[in-house]
Amino acid sequence: MSTLEIKQLRKSYGAAEIIKGIDLKIEDREFIVFVGPSGCGKSTLLRMIAGLEEISGGELLIDGARMNEITPDRRGLAMVFQSYALYPHMTVAENMAFALRLAGVPKAEREQRVRVAAKTLQLEALLGRKPANLSGGQRQRVAIGRAIVRQPKAFLFDEPLSNLDAALRVQTRLEIAKLHRDLQATMIYVTHDQIEAMTLADRIVVFNAGRIEQVGTPLELYHNPANLFVAGFIGSPKMNLIGAVVRESTPGALVLTLDGASLVSVQPATIAAGAKLTIGLRPEHIVVDPQGPISGHVEAVERLGNESIAYVGIGASLPLTVKLPPQSPVALGDKLHLALNGHAVSLFGEDGHALGWTQPQAGG
Amino acid sequence: MSATQTLVPHRNAKLMRTWPLLTPVVFVLLVWAIVPLVMTLWFSFQRYNLVDPTITGFAGVDNYKFLLEDPAMLAALFNEVVLVGSVLAITIVFGVAFAILFDQEFWGRSVARLLVIAPFFVMPTVSALIWKNLLMNPVSGVFAWITTKLGFGAIDWFTNYPMAGIVIIVAWQWIPFATLILLTAMQSLDREQMEAARMDAARGPQLLRFVILPHLARPISILLMIETIFLLAVFAEIFITTSGGPGDATTTLTYLIYLRALVNFDVGGASAGGVLAIILANIIAFFLVRTIARNVDI
Repeated sequence: MSTLEIKQLRKSYGAAEIIKGIDLKIEDREFIVFVGPSGCGKSTLLRMIAGLEEISGGELLIDGARMNEITPDRRGLAMVFQSYALYPHMTVAENMAFALRLAGVPKAEREQRVRVAAKTLQLEALLGRKPANLSGGQRQRVAIGRAIVRQPKAFLFDEPLSNLDAALRVQTRLEIAKLHRDLQATMIYVTHDQIEAMTLADRIVVFNAGRIEQVGTPLELYHNPANLFVAGFIGSPKMNLIGAVVRESTPGALVLTLDGASLVSVQPATIAAGAKLTIGLRPEHIVVDPQGPISGHVEAVERLGNESIAYVGIGASLPLTVKLPPQSPVALGDKLHLALNGHAVSLFGEDGHALGWTQPQAGG
Repeated sequence: MSATQTLVPHRNAKLMRTWPLLTPVVFVLLVWAIVPLVMTLWFSFQRYNLVDPTITGFAGVDNYKFLLEDPAMLAALFNEVVLVGSVLAITIVFGVAFAILFDQEFWGRSVARLLVIAPFFVMPTVSALIWKNLLMNPVSGVFAWITTKLGFGAIDWFTNYPMAGIVIIVAWQWIPFATLILLTAMQSLDREQMEAARMDAARGPQLLRFVILPHLARPISILLMIETIFLLAVFAEIFITTSGGPGDATTTLTYLIYLRALVNFDVGGASAGGVLAIILANIIAFFLVRTIARNVDI
């Protein structure tokens, strides 16, 4: 039962500003994911919310109350650390009950709460063990259990899956999503893995260089990136971002010249002819079409089993990434003609901001 | 199975190839350690007094009997325990405090760290002389000057509190070592664990009790063991400051052996004391190693 509001939050170490004025409102029971490249400030922001880093400027409100000067333990938040940070000399049960023990909660209630949390996380058989005798996934669950036992207003996760192997990561991801449904708690989750962000989040916050680039649901971000950074960051393989010039602009259609001198028409948009922009094409929105307007030679093919990815040199600085069906017979050096398959195309102005949405025109 | 079968002859072959190279080292170590030990054992059963070389022959257990019946022996054992125990307690308490302090960020930390380590580089003889003549001297010492200025009068350390004086000197020498070991241990303490404890509302004493001390348990036990071995052999500080006195107030087992051998010239009796000291040290080491092995399985 808690909302969290961040107003013009800033953090600087000496002259270096790490967080450059962030505004964000997190609703009750929301699952928010902070995502961004390393060093973008997402972990610092989480630590500022937790109270482990001092706030240099701005305000942090939890349920409307100012938290800037409140010590970490009084903010009512629980954090799951990247290294799990379990106390090595305590058993699993002692680890989970530690905060309650310091808070002076009676022993019977402590044990009760630990039991309930252990049941949720299937840790009952491990309660007497020390962390050294647990696997990575079990330690992860104990760290989450330690947070649950405190019944916090919000859970903070700092890259909790980065120390797990790939298979376990998928499983734990699903468990965290289920936990969110069961506990109905507000959760803030930091990751650099966009798949975790896409699968877990109600809303994703994309960070870059200490600022928020975009806030939105996973699909909003995917289909409607606000700028070139988000367009390039969300989606795998990455969106193709190609320089283009508007050759003709009529009320119904826009004809663009791509870097590689191919012509593409999209509709509708109102941009003056001659304007320079960047066109964003998702790899899965490009199809092989003998009459297609874009052509080039295949420079590399990656066969993933469920799909094949071709990199087609079209004369632009980077090859065009194209997602093809798994059995597609393309081979290195083949000449391919490509068309846009009717899905949305993103256009970005010279300043990198999105100009809006267009549909490729039938027949290219 | 096949792996072990092929491994064993391989290892034997390797041993055959390397033993000519190992032999000189093993030989030197043997001569260095075993020969003195065996000689001490041998002398401890001999009548061997340098004052009267005509008394010779096998003494049986007389040397041991004489030593164990000597009241000085009991006093020496007691002094040894007081000295080692006090110095251990002081160095561990100050070592933990300094380790926590020097683990913090503060201006001039690297210089301060160097200074706190410095006493370890002063040889025992020199530090004993400095403490005796410059600090603890009741007439010209700095401590006497300070206490006189404060109106308490001078303390004649080595007359009135001889054991306390020696404990202070030896502790001063060993605090740097404890600090060094515990500081490196502090630096390996997981920062996220400290942060987790902060979020769990642990502060000050609780942080010390639940996070820092459990983390330092292993280095502290190792410290106890290493220091005990060296502290049992403290000699120069006693020799220079009190010469084991007044009376036998600061005569430890080590010093008693010295007195027997090189003041009374009773080589047989001193050897018996040496053998007892070896047995004592081994018993202590045995129990220490066992308790450490038990405590440390985190």
